Amino acid sequence: MKPLNFLLVGVGGQGTILASDILAHVGAAAGLQVKQAELHGMSQRGGSVSSHVRWGERVFSPIVGAGEVDVLVAFEELEALRYLEMLHRDALIIVNQERIIPTSVTTGAYTYPTEPTMLAMFSSVTTHIIRVDGPGIAGRLGLAKAANSVVLGALARALAVHKLVEPPVSDEIWLTTMAERTPAKFRDLNRAAFCGGQDAMTLVGMA
Amino acid sequence: MKQLLSGNAALARGAWEAGAVVAAGYPGTPSTEILEHFARYPGVYAEWSPNEKVALDVAIGAAYAGKRAIATMKHVGLNVAADAFMYVAMTGIEGGLVIISADDPAMHSSQNEQDNRMYAKFARIPCLEPASSQAAKDQMLDAFAISEQFDTPVLLRVTTRICHSTSEVILGDPPPRTGLGDEAPQTPRFPRNPGKYVMVPGNAVKRHPIIEERLRRLAAFAETYPGNVIVPGSSGLGIITAGISYQYAREVFPDAAILHLGMSWPLPADLIRNFAESVNRLIVMEELDPFIEEGVRLLGVTVASDHPEAPRKWVEGKNIFPIIGEFSPRIIREHAITAGLLPTSAHVATPDLMSSTLPPRPPVLCAGCPHRSSFYLLHKLKVPVNGDIGCYSLGFAPPLSAMHTLGCMGAGISVAHGASKAGSPERHVAVIGDSTFFHSGIPALLNVVYHHSPVVTIILDNRVTAMTGHQGTPATGDTLQPGQTHTDPSTGQPTLIAIEPIVRALGIQHVQTLDAFAVDEIEATLRDFLQLDGPSVLIALQPCALETSGRARWRPLEVVADQCNGCTLCFRLGCPAILKSDELDAHTQRPRASIDPAQCTGCEVCSQICPRNAISFRDDALSLATAESTEVRR
Ligand SMILES: Cc1ncc(C[n+]2csc(CCOP(=O)(O)OP(=O)(O)O)c2C)c(N)n1
Repeated sequence: MKPLNFLLVGVGGQGTILASDILAHVGAAAGLQVKQAELHGMSQRGGSVSSHVRWGERVFSPIVGAGEVDVLVAFEELEALRYLEMLHRDALIIVNQERIIPTSVTTGAYTYPTEPTMLAMFSSVTTHIIRVDGPGIAGRLGLAKAANSVVLGALARALAVHKLVEPPVSDEIWLTTMAERTPAKFRDLNRAAFCGGQDAMTLVGMA
Repeated sequence: MKQLLSGNAALARGAWEAGAVVAAGYPGTPSTEILEHFARYPGVYAEWSPNEKVALDVAIGAAYAGKRAIATMKHVGLNVAADAFMYVAMTGIEGGLVIISADDPAMHSSQNEQDNRMYAKFARIPCLEPASSQAAKDQMLDAFAISEQFDTPVLLRVTTRICHSTSEVILGDPPPRTGLGDEAPQTPRFPRNPGKYVMVPGNAVKRHPIIEERLRRLAAFAETYPGNVIVPGSSGLGIITAGISYQYAREVFPDAAILHLGMSWPLPADLIRNFAESVNRLIVMEELDPFIEEGVRLLGVTVASDHPEAPRKWVEGKNIFPIIGEFSPRIIREHAITAGLLPTSAHVATPDLMSSTLPPRPPVLCAGCPHRSSFYLLHKLKVPVNGDIGCYSLGFAPPLSAMHTLGCMGAGISVAHGASKAGSPERHVAVIGDSTFFHSGIPALLNVVYHHSPVVTIILDNRVTAMTGHQGTPATGDTLQPGQTHTDPSTGQPTLIAIEPIVRALGIQHVQTLDAFAVDEIEATLRDFLQLDGPSVLIALQPCALETSGRARWRPLEVVADQCNGCTLCFRLGCPAILKSDELDAHTQRPRASIDPAQCTGCEVCSQICPRNAISFRDDALSLATAESTEVRR
């Protein structure tokens, strides 16, 4: 298997790093060699955060070059756009429906891209676009913070549908890994959110 | 057992498996988590020292006392610790000593990208460069063995992509605990060996030949060090590489022969010469400085050309790959294509987008950050501000735009003093964080007092080292391992080092500790201080907004719509919770402000500066909230 390259992006405080930690451990639990790379530091203060995860039989570099990302998982819409240059033409985009307004927009220097602009930019790169209402689904379950689990649920289903990993990674591996790496008191909630994400993905379908 | 570990966690594990019992460091990205992980192992002592020089001296003391010890720091931290680094290279040690320098190519979170392998050469000590988490752990054990075998400190140099990358590690077992406390075997008597440990000139002169000889022996050791590995290839291309670049070399050049140097100083001359004889083009692939490349050139190594008559070729390196920033497989590939090492078909296309037009999202002071008010006022007062390093460095950025110099930790106060002594016609304000004050601000402030200049110093006391992830400071009682400070038996309280008494003891007469959210008081005090002929200090005190203990007090404020006329003053605070609403003021046609309740903490700085009282205060917000909930109940 040629390495499968994930890029997870979001805004500081959204839990992007935790999600990529889970993704790395899921790959390892599935018996793959895994490397993950992230950037800490200044990005914690509300800045843009990114993390690379690679699964494969043999993986050398922990970071993925521009044009080589197979799966972009974006927890925020503007951040999804920012990293599109990292994708190749057949890549899969999974984007959480959340907008966090940066101060560059508040001060009036920039405008936040409109929905049509965003969709046009996505589809100029790839036809495989999945939008997930993470905050909505998690909110209905009672904890907006579980949005990332919703997104991971959508990711798990998308990997299976697109046959990006053979043999496919079982739900069991996903759920056990999530349970191991998140606080016990949120276990049921995260599980429900994950399942919600899996279903929502089929509802939204693929553009 | 296998486990996914970050490079930093692996370094900590390696130190523990090696039986290290003392660790000291000062936080700094990307090194911070090494000590945080190490501190959790049983039977060890680990501390956040006030700065890197103190940390290294602490580790040296433990190593002199016969125990294995580590000191951790980011690359610029080694500048602070350089004096200690140089003397311990001269004295050697009793127990193994490993100094970990975490370098930051690309300056993801640093003020420069210095290549600290230079320090190993400078001090004539060995430098190990792990290329993965597994190597980070294993080479930590190697480093201790080398340290004790050769009576030398060892520099273990890692970079951001090693520290903050995760990969699988096969764990080993720690030795039976030779730790501290009751179960520790008898600690050997502290050495009485002045010829080795008292570096007065007469003794130091005798040590110098010993360390030159040590370096020669280390170079011979490097020839057979198992961390220096040749990966055979078939293409005639030979690559010498170290650290993370090794991974990129394997990925981009699967057919090349690779000499992977796990130990990048001193260099194994014969190993390199023999490797060069086996290839017809020799390239060094290393981030930042041409450190190995220059070493290979100095060895006079050349490779045979394809034609027997053609002259032999020198090693290549920085003529192909950048000296600036970090590498990635893509950067390696693109430069290799340009140099004819790879065909143009190896180019990977990227989507062509106008992403440069997207709104940037630079880091900002958080909503509710206690540093904001000071910078807002400094901007208003139009004074030159000499800054320092921490979250508060963000005060330089628009719209606050209130920091005019920033170089290294502890610089601001003395730069302000120097500018004042140079006859700068304006009063200078130095701003410094609480952790930075303990790190290197105290001697600077002492100097301002003793040599008397009218510098106004603002100590931004947010009760924590926020930038690097909320480590305690000596003022907080919060230590790396629980309960490390002395507890006063009469009060049962930990001994805290309060900032204001230190400032007074230094001889500053004009000292005020104020609530960092009390905008008017701070402004009045600053205006007073700026009139004085001598030094003054304002301590702006409020815990960091991210402190979880403070969250219970968060209470979002609201904009009273009819009162806001879109004057934009509150936008000048650069608070991420203050948004431009879609509503225009009928008269001014400017967008009114709105407050994001998810982000606002209720610090009230905006409420205080609003000229039209259009932003509620906490109590108003409370009454609004109660009114609403009463409404709902009805
Ligand atoms: C010599 C050196 N050591 C460590 C660092 C990393 N570092 C940057 S800011 C900072 C601490 C800042 O803490 P504080 O002064 O309390 O300011 P805050 O971030 O809390 O606002 C550290 C440790 C550095 N830049 N230079």
